[in-house]
Amino acid sequence: MPLEPFTVLTSRTVVLPGANIDTDQIIPARFLTTTTRAGLGRHLFADWRYRPDGTARSDFVLNRPEAHGCRILVAGRNFGCGSSREHAPWALADYGFRAVISTELADIFSSNCLKNGLLPVTVDEPTSAWLIEHPGAQVTLDVHACTLTLPHGAAVPFPLEAFARHCLLRGLDELDYLLERRNEIETFERRA
Amino acid sequence: MAGAPQTLFDKVWRSHEVSPESADRPAVLYVDLHLIHEVTSPQAFAVLRERGLNVRRPERTLATMDHSTPTLTAQVFGGAPIALDAARRQVRELEANCAAFGVELLGLTHSDRGIVHIIGPELGLTQPGKTIVCGDSHTSTHGALGALAFGIGTTEVGHVLATQCLLQRKPRTLAVNLSGELRAGVTAKDLILAVIGRLGVSGGTGHVIEYRGDTIRALDMDERMTVCNMSIEAGARAGMIAPDETTYRYLEGRPRAPRGEAWERALEAWRALPTDALARFDREVELDAAAVEPMITYGTNPGMAIPIGGAIPQRSGDAAFTQALAYMGLAPGEPIRDQPVNVVFLGSCTNARLSDLRSAARLLRGRRIAPGLRMLVVPGSQQVKRQAEAEGLDRVFLEAGAEWRESGCSMCLGMNGDVVGRGEYAVSTSNRNFEGRQGSGARTLLASPLTAAACAVRGRVTDPRELM
Repeated sequence: MPLEPFTVLTSRTVVLPGANIDTDQIIPARFLTTTTRAGLGRHLFADWRYRPDGTARSDFVLNRPEAHGCRILVAGRNFGCGSSREHAPWALADYGFRAVISTELADIFSSNCLKNGLLPVTVDEPTSAWLIEHPGAQVTLDVHACTLTLPHGAAVPFPLEAFARHCLLRGLDELDYLLERRNEIETFERRA
Repeated sequence: MAGAPQTLFDKVWRSHEVSPESADRPAVLYVDLHLIHEVTSPQAFAVLRERGLNVRRPERTLATMDHSTPTLTAQVFGGAPIALDAARRQVRELEANCAAFGVELLGLTHSDRGIVHIIGPELGLTQPGKTIVCGDSHTSTHGALGALAFGIGTTEVGHVLATQCLLQRKPRTLAVNLSGELRAGVTAKDLILAVIGRLGVSGGTGHVIEYRGDTIRALDMDERMTVCNMSIEAGARAGMIAPDETTYRYLEGRPRAPRGEAWERALEAWRALPTDALARFDREVELDAAAVEPMITYGTNPGMAIPIGGAIPQRSGDAAFTQALAYMGLAPGEPIRDQPVNVVFLGSCTNARLSDLRSAARLLRGRRIAPGLRMLVVPGSQQVKRQAEAEGLDRVFLEAGAEWRESGCSMCLGMNGDVVGRGEYAVSTSNRNFEGRQGSGARTLLASPLTAAACAVRGRVTDPRELM
C-alpha cells in the first residue's frame, strides 16, 4: 500500500529518557489480540499512561498538555527492544508520532518502523543528551539530506539505509519492489 | 567451494541470495520455511486480500496457534469456549486464512500443535542451512540446528507470504566462544543469561551470533535451542550453532526430515556448513562457562541477571536502574536468595522441551510445592506433553501440587488468560522479565527449570544445588 511520502518533518519533541524501553512497554501483549492495525494508539504505553482503574496518570509525559501535537519521540538507548510485534510502530504511528530518535534502536523495531512511515533516527550521545535535556524542543528531520536540525541551527547527520530512504521519500511500498523481482525469484527457485 | 574462508552464517546467507545487496539496494533473501501464528499474521493476510495476491509457496509455510490460545484442557479439547473473545477471533481468523490460502495449519486440537519454535525442530522441519522466518522474535531458536532464523514484523510476514522473499541488509557476525564444562546444577539457561549479562541487552544489535566452543559442542539439542532462543535478548536477531553429529542424530527419523537417499544428500550438504577454520568474525567474545553459576534476574530486562547466591547490584544515579528495582520491589545490595515467590512458571519456547520438564521433575519428585504457591507447568507442544505423560512426569508435577496444562505460550506473555497477578513475584523459565510481561504489575525473575523447581519447593528464591 502506498504511504504518504516522507520528506521533511518539523515538530516539538516528547522525551522518554529511560534506556531499554521494550515493545511490551510500547504496547502490552494483552492488546495484541486484535486482527487489524487500526486504533492501537489508545493503548500506546498503556501501563505507564493509565492506572489499573483506567484513569490517566497525570505525571506521565504523554498525558501532559505540552505533549499534545508532538510528532517526534526522543527515547533513551535501545528503544524498541524485545518482541517483533509490529503493533509497536502501529501504536506509535496511530497516536501521531512520525519519528523516533535514540542513540540506538532495536533491529526488528527499526525495520518495522520503516514499513509504517515512522522514521527511526539514531544520533550520537551528545545530540541525544541535548534532546533529552530539552523536552519540547522544535527540531527538523530532513529525510532527503538525512539530517536532524536542532533549534540552535546545528544540523546533525543520521544514518538511513539507502533503499529505505528512497521508499520513504517517494511513499513506496517495498512489497511492490519484491513483486517486481518475480523473474529473479523464479530463476532462483529453479536453481535451488 | 574455493574462495575466502566463510562463517556458517556467510554460507547460509550467500546460498539464499536471490540478488546480493548493493549500495542502494538490500539483498533479496529467499526464505525456505515460513512459520506463522495467529497473532502476527492476520494483518498480513489482509494485505494479500486487499491486493489480490496469493501465498507464493504455501508448501513452504506452516501455521500453528500458540500465543493467545488457552492452556486449559476444557477450552482446548473439552468443547468449552475459549474464555477470551479476542483470542477466539484470532484462532478463527487463522483457520479461515489458512483454508482460503491453502496453508497447512496445525490447529488448536491437532496432535502436533505447540509453540511454533518447539514444533519446527520437533517435526524435523527446522534443518541446517535453511533460512527460517516467523513473526516472532524468538525465531532465533531454530538457529540451534544451523539454520539462519530470525523474527520479522507483520509487514514482512506479508512480503514472505506473497514473494517467499525478504529485503535484508547483511548483518555483521559475532562469535561467542564458550569453553569449559558446566558445573552441576548449571544449565543452558544459566549459560545464556550469563552471556546476555556479558554482552548487554543491545550488545548483539546488528549482528548474528554464532555460539562456538567445547561448551556448545557438549550441549544436547534442547539445550542449544535454549541458548539460541535468547539471542534476541542480547539484541541479536539470530543465533546459530554449527551442525554436528548431535544435530544429525536429533534430526534423523523425524517426520519431516529427509529420508533415505535424500537424507544422505542432505547430510553431505550439512557437513560443509560449519565455519571454515580461517574465517573471520566482525567481533568475538569469550566466556568461561565453567565459572557460570545458576543465574536469576532481579530487574526488568534479561541483562539484569546475577548468580543466585549474589547480591543485587548498586548503581546510584542510574534512573532506569532505580525504576526497575522500584518496579520489582527489590533493594540494591540485598541478596536475591530467600526472596518470597508467589508463582512458578515452567514453560515457554525457552524451556518447555522434554528435557526441561525432566530436569524440573527430577527435583520435584517426592516433594510438594510450598503452601500458597502456584506452579503452572505448560509443555511446549502436544508431543512434549504426550512424551512427558508416557514417562509419568505429569504425575510428578500434579502430586507436587502443580497445574499441568495443554501446550502454548501461556504465562510467558500474559495475553491468553494465564497471568501473574499485580505485585506478585514469579520465577519463570521464560525469556523476558519486562515490566508487565506476565501481566500488569507482575514481577518476573527469570531462571532455569531446575532453579524454578527449587523455588517452587521452598516458596523462596533457592539455589537448586541445595536440593539436589
